[in-house]
Amino acid sequence: MTQPIGGLPAVAQPQLYLDGVSRSFDGFKAINNLSLVIEHGELRAVIGPNGAGKTTMMDIITGKTRPDTGQVLWEQTVDLTRLDEAATARLGIGRKFQKPTVFESHTVQDNLTLALKADRSPWATLFRRGTAPERSRIDELLALTRLGDHRFRLAGALSHGQKQWLEIGMLLAQEPRLLLVDEPAAGMTDAETMLTADLLKSIAGERSVIVVEHDMEFVRALGCKVTVLHQGAVLAEGRLEAVSAMPEVIEVYLGR
Amino acid sequence: MIDRRMGIFLAGLFVLAVVVPVGNLALEGQPVPTYLVALIGKYLCYALLAVALDLVWGFCGILSLGHGAFFALGGYAMGMYLMREIGDRGVYANPSVPDFMVFIGWKELPWYWWGFDHFALAAAMVVIAPGLLAFVFGWFAFRSRVTGVYLSIITQAMTYALMLAFFRNDMGFGGNNGLTDFKDILGFDLAQPATKVGLMVLSALALAGGLVLARWVTGSRLGKVLVCVRDAESRTRFLGYRVEHYKLFIFTLSAMMAGVAGALYVPQVGIINPSEFSPANSIEIVIWVALGGRGTLVGAALGAIVVAAAKTVLTGALPEAWLYALGALFILVTLVLPTGVVGALEDMLSRLRGTPSRKEAKA
Repeated sequence: MTQPIGGLPAVAQPQLYLDGVSRSFDGFKAINNLSLVIEHGELRAVIGPNGAGKTTMMDIITGKTRPDTGQVLWEQTVDLTRLDEAATARLGIGRKFQKPTVFESHTVQDNLTLALKADRSPWATLFRRGTAPERSRIDELLALTRLGDHRFRLAGALSHGQKQWLEIGMLLAQEPRLLLVDEPAAGMTDAETMLTADLLKSIAGERSVIVVEHDMEFVRALGCKVTVLHQGAVLAEGRLEAVSAMPEVIEVYLGR
Repeated sequence: MIDRRMGIFLAGLFVLAVVVPVGNLALEGQPVPTYLVALIGKYLCYALLAVALDLVWGFCGILSLGHGAFFALGGYAMGMYLMREIGDRGVYANPSVPDFMVFIGWKELPWYWWGFDHFALAAAMVVIAPGLLAFVFGWFAFRSRVTGVYLSIITQAMTYALMLAFFRNDMGFGGNNGLTDFKDILGFDLAQPATKVGLMVLSALALAGGLVLARWVTGSRLGKVLVCVRDAESRTRFLGYRVEHYKLFIFTLSAMMAGVAGALYVPQVGIINPSEFSPANSIEIVIWVALGGRGTLVGAALGAIVVAAAKTVLTGALPEAWLYALGALFILVTLVLPTGVVGALEDMLSRLRGTPSRKEAKA
């Protein structure tokens, strides 16, 4: 497993490139001239107070919201502002919601099966049956997310923390190249939080990961480059120790 | 693929399809009167219609309040064929146009009636007309991400608009009176008990076929995606599924199934008129499914049969009480049995056996 390369100087070919992106809702500038570069395999934490534009930023990257102005490029060639959620997902952008969102009336196994990378057209889906490689992939994911004993339980019957893990498992099943993870530690115990941090660190390198988080202990455990958002723009960027020492950051966020 | 409750229902349907013809045609003293045969046939058509609605509502969360429109369109396609079968045996004895066209002074058959003297074309239109309407309607509605109560309202508006259109005489579908006075179907006299029995058995076959098809679709991986759309639409999109395509698929399939139900219904009741498009009819379908248990398929079919039979009995005995009884039943089931009668029964059975039911597993 390669080490996360966050903190190194920017490479010439970023995975994700946002430049001068703005978006306002009824006059409120949720995102204001935001620029962000994510390298291949990078692990990046995004922090910021409520209303700093974290969720809107993820909505723009995944095609849920269109920016008013600015450029959003995937691997330098694909204009993400023209795509919808399904298209960005098919490109390889996986998203985990803040509130764990799994399919509650399906079993854990079905949740993972439906997330596996495959042809998503209705016709192909109608006729697809389980295969041996598919089953072994699900075994792997169940082991990784520690849900092996819950394979045939309904996802709705899982605990909050288990649902978070299942959703991360579903994200990995998609084999995304970039994971957007919104507050993965919310509602987890301290031990689970640390396990999650380890898991995200191990995923990065192979894939790029952007983590939005409030929990400073968790961000510290990630040990990666941090972007501080404030009023829809980047306030500071760098290692957590450096960023958290900056007076303007302390004023808007950490000092509260 | 076919679970136990569907096995039981299909077996019951088979028994019905044997007992009724024997009781009506073969046994001395006719223990099953002919009017009852037609009545049972009608209920079976309603049951197929309920299964169609359950596909979209129970499994994909699309609460259509306009499914009566697809049923009626299938019925009109069949009615048009039956009108052409009358030929010159109408009151005006005009072989080239049906009576109602003679009445409004039309000399020639309008283009959209061409070919309806061929059963094959009419049978194709039974699924094509509702399927096409559902496809076009769904294309715009689902692409614009109209969901929930807003979608329900526009489906209701759709069937209401069609009702008003079909009421007009110059639409060429018989206006207010609709299409009626049918004589025969494929050469079989519609007044003959044997024809009625045949239609009833066909309706039972169509219902069985519809149930098995619906079971196959909902049991497939596509069916699981439909449930994903119902429970967490946004999550489904972020997994890369184009939700609108899935909705369009199931909505169109369901409309076609409703069209088949309508086509079998019309020769058995002997008439199709614009009141079939009335919003109240579509709401009644929703009540059948809610009573029986949404997402259970068999429950939807049973709900339709039981409520329609109760309607026949009650409207005969106490006509003014029916709507109150229906409303009260609906409120009662929504409050006490949110999973419908079939869902509640299954919960009770599994509790007796000591295995956790779906509902408990969720809690």
